Amino acid sequence: MADRSAFEGLALEHMPALYSAALRMTRNPSDAEDLVQETYLKAYRSFASFTEGTNLKAWLYRILTNTYINSYRAKQRRPIESDLDDVEDLYLYRRIGALEHVAASRSAEDQLMDVFSEGEVRSALEQLPDAFRMPVYLADVDGFSYKEIAEILEIPIGTVMSRLHRGRKAMQKALYEFAIEQGLVDRPADVSEPEPTRSHG
Amino acid sequence: MADCEETLRELYRFLDGEVPAEQQHLISHHLDGCMDCLQAFDFHAELRMVIRVKARETEVPAGLLDKIRACFGEDAAPDRADDPA
Repeated sequence: MADRSAFEGLALEHMPALYSAALRMTRNPSDAEDLVQETYLKAYRSFASFTEGTNLKAWLYRILTNTYINSYRAKQRRPIESDLDDVEDLYLYRRIGALEHVAASRSAEDQLMDVFSEGEVRSALEQLPDAFRMPVYLADVDGFSYKEIAEILEIPIGTVMSRLHRGRKAMQKALYEFAIEQGLVDRPADVSEPEPTRSHG
Repeated sequence: MADCEETLRELYRFLDGEVPAEQQHLISHHLDGCMDCLQAFDFHAELRMVIRVKARETEVPAGLLDKIRACFGEDAAPDRADDPA
């Protein structure tokens, strides 16, 4: 990288994407701002170690996720989900894919887009434990390759793939819950809540 | 030619653009002739798009860019102490 001002210009182009990722990780606008600032400060101080010609965006994401893991993750709310083993592949598709207004026919490309709101998608993502949320975000929102995600998160590619797999399942499960809440599909009988009893009145 | 099970197993790797060209060709060929798999692929491609569009934050807080630039400036200040600007 030639000089600091060139670095500034190139690096700052990625700021909106980094802020978005930071917000989905921290779930809090003020933490997200701090995280992005800290990321840029670290990047600025160590830009000499950045090798020209390598992926600047991935390098910045690596600083971002490292900083997040070291400084913000103490607030981790829940352990890795263990009940995903019975969530089969194509979980959501098997449940809502055949609905007439969801069916992804070529003439109705936007229909699934209308089913889930921004709030529901964000909530489904933000419910994921960090270990799943980061790979899912990096792959689905930013379109990073498995190799890039492995480098950003400093985990093996096989781990990226298994976390993506499980994270996507968990997301589908959460979205299915929203589809039930919307009344799009009936809650399956075996998990429905018991009828409220009237005897306490 | 790939069968349904093999095809569906590779669904996300295919959508992620992570299958080798040769396998990609086999899967595409299967999808051309199998409406069931094609629908499953379409659904997931669309779901991926829904996540991409709706999970991304499009608004950046006003002033964040300036704050970052200011950090850069402060950090660089010692080098520029005798800069007449």
